[in-house]
Amino acid sequence: MDWSPIIISMKTASVSILITFFLGLIVAWGIIKIKSDTTKIVLDGIFTLPIVLPPTVVGFFLLYIFGVRGPIGKFFIDFFTVKIAFSWSATVIAAVVMSFPLMYRSARGAFEQVDSNLLDAGRTLGMSEWKIFWKVLFANALPGIISGGILAYARGLGEFGATAMIAGNIAGQTRTLPMAVYSEVAAGNMGDAFNYVIFIVIISFIAIFIMDFVSIRKEKQWK
Amino acid sequence: MEKMLEVNIQKKLKEFDLNVDFELKKGCLGILGPSGCGKSMTLKSIAGIENPDNGVVNLITDKENIYFDSDKKINLKPQKRNVGYLFQNYALFPNMTVEENVASGLSKNYDEKIVSEMIKRFRLEGLEKRYPRQLSGGQQQRVALARILAYGPDVLLLDEPFSAMDTFLKEQLRLELVNLLKDFDGFSILVTHDRDEVFQFCDELLILDKGKIIAKGNTHEIFENPKKVQVARLTGCKNISKIEIIDENHVKSLDWGITLKVSEKISQNITHIGIRAHNFSPAKKEEINVIDTENSTKFEKPFEWEVTLTNGLWWKCDKQIHEHEFVIPKYLKIDPKDIILLEE
Repeated sequence: MDWSPIIISMKTASVSILITFFLGLIVAWGIIKIKSDTTKIVLDGIFTLPIVLPPTVVGFFLLYIFGVRGPIGKFFIDFFTVKIAFSWSATVIAAVVMSFPLMYRSARGAFEQVDSNLLDAGRTLGMSEWKIFWKVLFANALPGIISGGILAYARGLGEFGATAMIAGNIAGQTRTLPMAVYSEVAAGNMGDAFNYVIFIVIISFIAIFIMDFVSIRKEKQWK
Repeated sequence: MEKMLEVNIQKKLKEFDLNVDFELKKGCLGILGPSGCGKSMTLKSIAGIENPDNGVVNLITDKENIYFDSDKKINLKPQKRNVGYLFQNYALFPNMTVEENVASGLSKNYDEKIVSEMIKRFRLEGLEKRYPRQLSGGQQQRVALARILAYGPDVLLLDEPFSAMDTFLKEQLRLELVNLLKDFDGFSILVTHDRDEVFQFCDELLILDKGKIIAKGNTHEIFENPKKVQVARLTGCKNISKIEIIDENHVKSLDWGITLKVSEKISQNITHIGIRAHNFSPAKKEEINVIDTENSTKFEKPFEWEVTLTNGLWWKCDKQIHEHEFVIPKYLKIDPKDIILLEE
């Protein structure tokens, strides 16, 4: 059995969850601070879109932006001589974009659940906005944020459609686990496909278990 | 310089325009008003949580601290204002222990002594490691106060501090807060819809209705002479009636259908009169301002009888807890000087 899809997938899922996690938090924090409802709705729509669009459509847009002739893709080639499309970094981009809405929406929901008086109390007590964000907002929204993180991680690990469009299915480079399952089945190697499937199921389950465990314990501690 | 808190703010709100101005030179100011009258918005504007459209919030201690001045384009962040805000729900951080909550307003290298002093002062010993959810309502309020006082504010803002409590706890905590305010060397403002609270806590009073000040001044004077119908109602006057002026000492109540003599000379802008429910006494038929009590109903309370006359007047009569029998006197009278003249 070829182990490279497992290694690639683990690398992709880990790097992308790091990016998605913090990006989701920051964007959610920014959105709830916006006062105008129209701006809020429009931005929320844009950030949620990847969830509802077919992954291939998202992949199409990504290719348009990060492809060799796309604005960002061309910039990277011209200035750093780095090709993004059909490289490993493209698998990360696809995973981040596809898992971002889950993280962003969960974080936003969790933030909105936190009593706004707590933030104002922090302000009148002289706490800096940074401290209020981490010690009050983030800390009290943690269970919701963690579950958002779980979903985003699982989504990133299972990303297929957009990855196929922008990263392709190059063995040893961009062939992630879902890609490998597809390729093995297409080639008739059901046994290898089965091994990969088992692997995905186990990793996904462990991730959910660990994070759920943490969030339940946190909630119990305060009650 | 004379210590002073000067507030003069205007803000356009959805339902009405808020327009509040006052100067507080010492002690506690009460802001009384029905819910949604702009009381909390006023407090939040002083704290800097909300921004007024126009005006000034100026605190003079040993120096002048301009918190807000729309003309000078000054608007200090809440963090830069030295203000303690007691929220209605106390807003304790649920993820922090009692100790951490009390220390949360202190700078990074804070003095441990301040925290332990506050814990002691607010009788929180033994609860240091508990989380807010494990505390009773009274304990939560004490933690919130300890947290505010550890921060050392110049102004204490109390937003309906007793609204979420049962009667028994309320009375006990009121006593604690009275003592705390007595020791507090700064300004405090108490916002409430409960007239007993302002009467107990505040020498100065401001009554708000739909964002406008309808009474301002010494608490006792406002309660004794409310001048306006809404003020009379908010200070607990049970009987208010529209009137027709008969001559300069007599009025006809349109709601109760009786003619009454008043002690003051009635000016033309008087439209209503008020009579407090306790200001009736038994009388003989031939006295002045006498009302027939025929067919009235009575309700027993632990320490008073509540009598409703057929014309809608309320009479409250003190009683002992063990008395359960009560014969309503045939006639009641109202002393002309107890009739409050009111403007719409």
